[in-house]
Amino acid sequence: MQQTRFAWYLLAPAIILLAVLLVLPIAIMAIYTFYEFVTAGVEKANYTLANWQEFFTDSYYHLFLWKTARVAAITALACAVMGYIPAYFIWMTSFRHKWLLLLLLIVPFWISFTIRTFSWIHILGEQGAINVTLKTLGIIDSPIQMLYTEGAVIMGMIHFLLPYMILNVYVSLEGIDRDLLSAARTLGCTSAQAFREVTLPLSLPGLCAGLLLCFVLAAGSYVTPQILGGNRDALFGNLVYDTIMEQLNWPMGSTLSIVLFVLLGIVSAIYSRYMGLSTIFKGLSR
Amino acid sequence: MTDIAVDLKGVTLTYGAFVAVKDVDLKIDKGSFVTLLGPSGCGKTTILRSIAGLVTPTSGEIVVAGRLINDVPIYKRNIGLVFQNYALFPHKSVADNIAFGLKYRDVPKADIERKVKRALDMVRLPGVEKKLPSQLSGGQQQRIALARAIVIEPDVLLLDEPLSALDAHLREEMRTELKIIQREVGITTIFVTHDQEEALAMSDRIVVMNHGLIEQNGTPEDVYRMPATKFVASFLGQSNLMAGTIAATGNGSARITLDNGASIEAKAPASAKAGSKVTVILRAQRLEVGKKAANGANKLKGKIAATSYLGGTAIYAIDAEGLKLQANTIIDDQVFREGETVDIAFAPSDCVLLGEDDRRLV
Repeated sequence: MQQTRFAWYLLAPAIILLAVLLVLPIAIMAIYTFYEFVTAGVEKANYTLANWQEFFTDSYYHLFLWKTARVAAITALACAVMGYIPAYFIWMTSFRHKWLLLLLLIVPFWISFTIRTFSWIHILGEQGAINVTLKTLGIIDSPIQMLYTEGAVIMGMIHFLLPYMILNVYVSLEGIDRDLLSAARTLGCTSAQAFREVTLPLSLPGLCAGLLLCFVLAAGSYVTPQILGGNRDALFGNLVYDTIMEQLNWPMGSTLSIVLFVLLGIVSAIYSRYMGLSTIFKGLSR
Repeated sequence: MTDIAVDLKGVTLTYGAFVAVKDVDLKIDKGSFVTLLGPSGCGKTTILRSIAGLVTPTSGEIVVAGRLINDVPIYKRNIGLVFQNYALFPHKSVADNIAFGLKYRDVPKADIERKVKRALDMVRLPGVEKKLPSQLSGGQQQRIALARAIVIEPDVLLLDEPLSALDAHLREEMRTELKIIQREVGITTIFVTHDQEEALAMSDRIVVMNHGLIEQNGTPEDVYRMPATKFVASFLGQSNLMAGTIAATGNGSARITLDNGASIEAKAPASAKAGSKVTVILRAQRLEVGKKAANGANKLKGKIAATSYLGGTAIYAIDAEGLKLQANTIIDDQVFREGETVDIAFAPSDCVLLGEDDRRLV
């Protein structure tokens, strides 16, 4: 009994913080979705379903949702393909100072995410590094439109999310007993077959965790499309921002936020049902 | 003439400046159970891994079943390896684990099923096909690992300290079991361990290694009773090492003056020459304490420095006029305690003489 109570004391600060800073604001947002929008910046506490009705009937929102899901999925898959290889390399290398390689993955986080995103303007822009180089070499006459496209948005998000993927995959690779590979080899596998039979299946939990993390973070992102995307490349997060900050329509903005929140929650729930989030955690904790 | 299953010729393996295995020659008879015994870092595991193909010798030849396999890639060598931690595939069922090697040998599906079943019967674990390794106990996982290695009918079975992860009781049980299975299958087996008891209990031959070199290769009795080097004598069992000089020889024995002044008689080969320095090795178990010495036995006087009473036996640390001795004796009358003065006796035939190079005189 005493011990249980002590455990609650230890948990209390975290629980209180989560309640006040996460659950409460979301609850308030949820209540806002039922408010009536009068005019920019003014809403009335008349409980109405108008906001929800608008969301469910206006295909404009659905298109945004679909596009957000598509861009997030492409980003997550690209991260998986691009992230697995370095993770595998870090795991396999006999380089003595592995921590240095892992540190390199974290180094980008030392610079503000926004500044890192802005740096792409100098690379992809009309006067950016790529266009200037190609022009100087005489390969192109007029600059290629790279900035303010969906490609630039995906690129920026990969840039931001790749370390998460690599770390997730690396952790699950690190949990694999190397003797398993030797065992597979002595039993008749070539190294490629041993990878397929042992390494890949045993690193799937990390890969799946990375995919989910990247998908959710990409789907909820708004800074990257804001900076690197054109008007047409806005994602759902930008829609929420516009609705609240430009139109000052808090009730509708809240509705859209709750929609994104619930949908990503459902994705995570379904994912954990079928991929087993518990095995992901097990894979991570090993 | 017996067939040779594994033949190592001048195998050397270095990691940078570190020499793991130094010019090792070793022939292993077909169907025999050979143990590589030595402290960690002695090169025993390196030899095992080089036969398996997990490491490549710097020089020398490895011949398995008459085939030079130095350049044969690991997956084409027909070798069964059981790892210390079993290395069962955690994401595959027991049946899939055992079938793994068969699958890559293009064995037809129906045969695979039959062979898996037979392998499970052989390790006395029928009916666990569908379980995952994590659902089995340590001892059971050990059996599955063994089944997985022998089901492919390898030319040689390599066991890398397979019992060390088990608790003491289970280890003894598996020791017997492993030996029985090995006999039944008749498979050439190389067993690596640092546990002398395991080595003595299971092996047809023991190869004692130290610092990448073979110290002795012989039957368990040979290795225990006739240690070839000082290292073997001190590594296997408890031995007393007594330094001295040969005073006289004759009739297959030698009179030796020990460094503390005592004079003893020891069985000696023809190469023992008067005047040369020797080390006399005497097993702690061959030392009689406090008993009437038999005829022709060596007698010394000593004082008990410490007693470890173990019920049926006792271990005494004895100070025999400056000579520190250890005796491990069966108690049939009384237990001697610290400070008591006792008579010590041992037979000349129990003494083994080492020359100045620390090798046994032959």
